[in-house]
Amino acid sequence: MAKHTLIAYVEDVPGVLNRVASLFRRRNFNIDSLTVGGTDQPGVSRLTVVVDTTEAGARIVEANLYKLVNVLRVDDLTHKASLTRELGLVKVKVTPDTRAQILQLVDVFRARVVDVDEKTITAEVTGTPEKIAKFELILRPYGIAEMVRTGAVSMARGHEPVSSAPPQVRTVTDHAHDNSGISMSV
Amino acid sequence: MKKLTGAEIIWECLQKEGVDVVFGYPGGAILPTYDAMTKYPKIHHVLVRHEQGATHMADGYARASGKVGVAIATSGPGATNMVTGIATAMMDSSPIVCITGQVGSKAIGTDAFQETDVTGVTLPVTKHNYLVTKPGDIARAIREAFYIAKSGRPGPVLVDITKDAQQLTAEFDWEAAAPKLPGYRPNHRAPDSEFTRAAELINAAKRPLILAGQGIIKSGTTEEVLKLAKTAGIPITTTLLGIGAIPASSPLNLGMMGMHGESWVNEAIQQADLLIALGMRFDDRVTGNLKTYALNAKKIHVDIDPTEINKNVPVDVALIGDLREVLAEIQPQVKKADHADWWTTIKAARGDSAVRDIQTLPDNGHLYAAHVINDIWRLTQKRETIVVTDVGQHQMWEAQYFRHDEPRSLITSGGLGTMGFALPAAIGAKFACPDKDVWVVVGDGGFQMTSCELATAEQEGIKVNVAIINNSFLGMVRQWQEFFYDKRYAATPMTGPDFVKLAEAYRLSGLRCNQRSDVKATVTKTLADKKTVVIDFVVEKEDSVFPMVPAGADLDKMIRRPKQDVMLESGSDKEWEMPASPLPNVFTEKQVEAKALTGRGKSASARPAKKTAKSRR
Repeated sequence: MAKHTLIAYVEDVPGVLNRVASLFRRRNFNIDSLTVGGTDQPGVSRLTVVVDTTEAGARIVEANLYKLVNVLRVDDLTHKASLTRELGLVKVKVTPDTRAQILQLVDVFRARVVDVDEKTITAEVTGTPEKIAKFELILRPYGIAEMVRTGAVSMARGHEPVSSAPPQVRTVTDHAHDNSGISMSV
Repeated sequence: MKKLTGAEIIWECLQKEGVDVVFGYPGGAILPTYDAMTKYPKIHHVLVRHEQGATHMADGYARASGKVGVAIATSGPGATNMVTGIATAMMDSSPIVCITGQVGSKAIGTDAFQETDVTGVTLPVTKHNYLVTKPGDIARAIREAFYIAKSGRPGPVLVDITKDAQQLTAEFDWEAAAPKLPGYRPNHRAPDSEFTRAAELINAAKRPLILAGQGIIKSGTTEEVLKLAKTAGIPITTTLLGIGAIPASSPLNLGMMGMHGESWVNEAIQQADLLIALGMRFDDRVTGNLKTYALNAKKIHVDIDPTEINKNVPVDVALIGDLREVLAEIQPQVKKADHADWWTTIKAARGDSAVRDIQTLPDNGHLYAAHVINDIWRLTQKRETIVVTDVGQHQMWEAQYFRHDEPRSLITSGGLGTMGFALPAAIGAKFACPDKDVWVVVGDGGFQMTSCELATAEQEGIKVNVAIINNSFLGMVRQWQEFFYDKRYAATPMTGPDFVKLAEAYRLSGLRCNQRSDVKATVTKTLADKKTVVIDFVVEKEDSVFPMVPAGADLDKMIRRPKQDVMLESGSDKEWEMPASPLPNVFTEKQVEAKALTGRGKSASARPAKKTAKSRR
């Protein structure tokens, strides 16, 4: 089992998120994180799904995503050079004694203070999910009043051609590292 | 451009799609559509007795004809009653389109009378579904529904249409409503290199075997598969839904594989060095224990649905695409072969089973289901017959003893295993093929789930022949209780109504038969009757289906058929042979513990409760 990051381009129609989420549930895959947002193309939304599964499981997820009528294209970024970012808002309790320390930590993490009052500081942090987890860990001893994370969004590095070509099929024996039968990445 | 109401647009679309019959049940939210129906007399509407029946009928119609079946129901309970039929069609890849009424678009979300989120409810059991709230969107939704239902891997599609969308008017433009589905790619084609690799594997194989599934029936490729098998000398075995894909009378056809498949077939699968799976999906009822399944074999898997590849069984070559195209690509690369040694091995194993053939058992005064089914087959051989079965023991006996030579001549609920499927599906099949005889083979349990559809058959004046295999038990569950639960028959003994009187109450004919010597006369009488006939075949109560691979056991560790000479010895405790090695996963640890405590069955390998000849009486 390992984390797999899949990108799905979907038609922006009512219920499409439900279809995707339902697919994971009924095929018994656990979603680590799922984010949806618009793209540069009108009518097309983009999902970043992180699932904890085997390599073969990822192929099954990918094939099943393609089976949904509203899904336009699926990319697996797991083994590609990619950027992954998440945004977190952390509201941490402060006292006159700890304020300076916390501001220092916010600085170290290149986070930004977005709200301050006499009892709390709220910081905005972006980065990899690991970085946000670390930021939370560091601030926890001071007392976290509230926290929210957006979930990961991912994008391949460099020039990644966008293609509407039909899924390619390959089998285990072609790719020793890949314990699966098909890949539908374009 | 014509302005029509949404309801009229529905019927115009159905007409354009070539629909000649729909199965449905009216209600408040679909009432505008029913009202408009009177203007479209070319489409025949069949009033069912329960919406589940409508979906099974549409399914039976689709399976018998190869066309799309249509079912109509109202919102809320009408639509939820359809769910079992939709799930059945989904599991067996049957193309049906369900049209349901929905409460007015402004009432959606208010828990209005008979409101249910039907697209939500049916999402996991449809290939795709729609909620339409504007009359202008109806035509495109229905066109897309038909296209999705029948293309690629077929399946059910539901279109939920609000009441106001049915009432309001819009321009009906068929051309403009052409499907726009940028993400839907039903037709795949495997790369050329895969075809070459597949052909190489076939040419190199010494013990190849074709696993023939329903995909052959759906793609109509019986001839092509037979040609491949003949050229390369490959024996064929079929799945349950693949029955009829290869004629039973073909010498290349070994019979059915899997849990209740023939012993020589399951042994051949385990010994094969190449499995060529055509339009089948390695269901758990077909493979048994996956850890020991066909370990000696390379696997070529041809399927139109990419999600089936490597789902259960990892394969060496995957050919995703239309079976007809795949076979056309492979055939020229396949060399002639006869595999005489392999055939000899299989034939030897087959010969061993001859002594176990229940057909050789002389009439001993008891009526066995296998005999009933075999006799129906013999007596209907010269007629074009479609058999529709329910789920359970009778289904397996039908699969084993009715020898189907034509595709689409056996209709059965395979994947979902839906009790109550047979009678309504048979009515649908009769509408698809009015010139063929339609037989329903059904257990007394499943029949009672949807027997109300006898009224539909009577009202429509159609004839189906209903053979109830009545053993006063939920037979298959009873069999499992006998084998694996120490004969504790919890909630499986079942009484039924007087089925003869029940048929008569519906103004149909009823017959009863409890003697083997009477089967012929009963069947002859049934065929002569112009009305639907219900036959109550009162058979042996505690008969079991053999061979059997216990769930989770290795495929070749079957409980074999009893030897017929032994079967006749009264009091013998050696009526069947359990496999020599322990059956894994058959008993849960708890059961094994419980057995140890009661001093019975010291280990998982112990034989299940002995059956004495007495219990047969």
